[in-house]
Amino acid sequence: MHPARKQRLILVSLVVVLSSAAIGLVAFALRDNINLFYPPADVVAGKAPTDRSIRLGGMVVAGSIERSNSELDTIFWVTDYEASVPVRYSGILPDLFAEGEGVVAEGTLDESGMLIATQVLAKHDENYMPPEVAAALEGKTAPAEQPVLP
Amino acid sequence: MWTIIHKMGSPPWFFRFSGGLVKWLLPLTVCLLLVGAVWGLLIAPPDFRQGNSYRIIYIHVPSAVVALAGYYVMAFAGAVSLVWRIKMADVTMRAVAPVGAALTAIALVTGAIWGKPTWGTWWVWDARITSMLILLFLYLGVVALFEAYENKSAAARACAVLTLVGTVNIPIIYKSVDWWYSLHQPASIKFTGESAIDPSMLYPLLLMIGAFYCLFAVTVLLNMRAELAWNHRDASWLKQLVQGT
Repeated sequence: MHPARKQRLILVSLVVVLSSAAIGLVAFALRDNINLFYPPADVVAGKAPTDRSIRLGGMVVAGSIERSNSELDTIFWVTDYEASVPVRYSGILPDLFAEGEGVVAEGTLDESGMLIATQVLAKHDENYMPPEVAAALEGKTAPAEQPVLP
Repeated sequence: MWTIIHKMGSPPWFFRFSGGLVKWLLPLTVCLLLVGAVWGLLIAPPDFRQGNSYRIIYIHVPSAVVALAGYYVMAFAGAVSLVWRIKMADVTMRAVAPVGAALTAIALVTGAIWGKPTWGTWWVWDARITSMLILLFLYLGVVALFEAYENKSAAARACAVLTLVGTVNIPIIYKSVDWWYSLHQPASIKFTGESAIDPSMLYPLLLMIGAFYCLFAVTVLLNMRAELAWNHRDASWLKQLVQGT
C-alpha cells in the first residue's frame, strides 16, 4: 500500500477507536442518568431521590391491584423479585397494564415509601405469539415462565 | 479483485452496471414489499396481548434494522473516501444519507404510533429512542454538511469524519435495551437460540426486512445514478449512453 494511504488508514482507524472510547466512557459515567427508571430494590435501599420526581420500573405484583369503587384511584405493588414498592395512581391506565406485567411509573415518593404516580406506562416484553399458542402455553408452563427484569 | 474495485470507481462502468442491477432489483423489491405486507398485515395471526396493533412491527423493525445497517455502508464509504480519495465513495456516502434519514424517521414515527396504544405514551427519553434520534441527526447532519461546502471534495472529507465519529452510536442503539433500563423491550429476533417471536409472525417479518434491504439498495443506486449523471452531464459517454439505448 502507498505510504500516504497507509498513514491515512491508520489515522482513520484511530479517529474511530478514540472517538468510540471517549463516547463509551461518557456513557459509562452517565449510566445512572441514561437508565430510564429505578428498580424497586434501589428505591427500598434509599438510592432513589425523594425530593424530586423519579421513575420506578418493574413487574406488577399478582393480586396486588386495588381499585377504588368511586374514583379512578388505583394502588398496586411493583417488584423486581428482590423488593417491592407500592404505587398510587389516579387516572386511566394503559390497555396492557395487568398483574404480572411490566410497568414504568413516574412520580414522587412520599414519607411512607409509596410512589404517588403522575404517569403509568406499560412495559411489554419481547414475546409475540398468536392467542392459541399463548393459551396452550398457559395450560402447561404458565407459572414457570415468570419474566425476570434485566 | 483489484480490477473489479477499479472498475467500480469508473463512472461509465458503474452507470451501466447499476442500470442493469436496478432493472431487476426494482421489480424484486416491489414483489417482496407486496408479499411481505399482505402476509404480515392480513395473514399473520394477531398477538395474544397486543391484538392487531403489533402489526406495525412489519414497518417499524425493517426500517430500523436497515437504518442501522445503512449507516455502516455510509461509514465504510467515508473511510474509503478519506484513505483512497475515490470519488465514487463520496457519491455513495452522499446517496446513503437521505435514505438513511428517511428510514430512521419512519422507525421513530411508527415507534411513536405504536407506543401510544401499547405503552401509553408517544415519546419517552429512554436510551433506545434517544440514541435513535441521534442517528437521525447524524444522517441529517451529513446531508446538511455536504450542502454547506462549495468544494465537493472538502465536503466529502468533513462528512466522512462526521460519519466515522458517529459509528459508535450504532452498537449503542443495538445494545441500549440490554445495557440500561429502558421502556423499549429487548430484541425479539435472536441470532443465537430461539427467537421470542412465533414463527408464524417471524417469517413475514424476515421477508419485510429483506424487502427493506432491497428498497435501500434500489434507492441508493438511483440516488448515485442521479448524482453521477449531474456530475458528468457534459461527458461524451453519458450522452452516448442516453442517446444510444
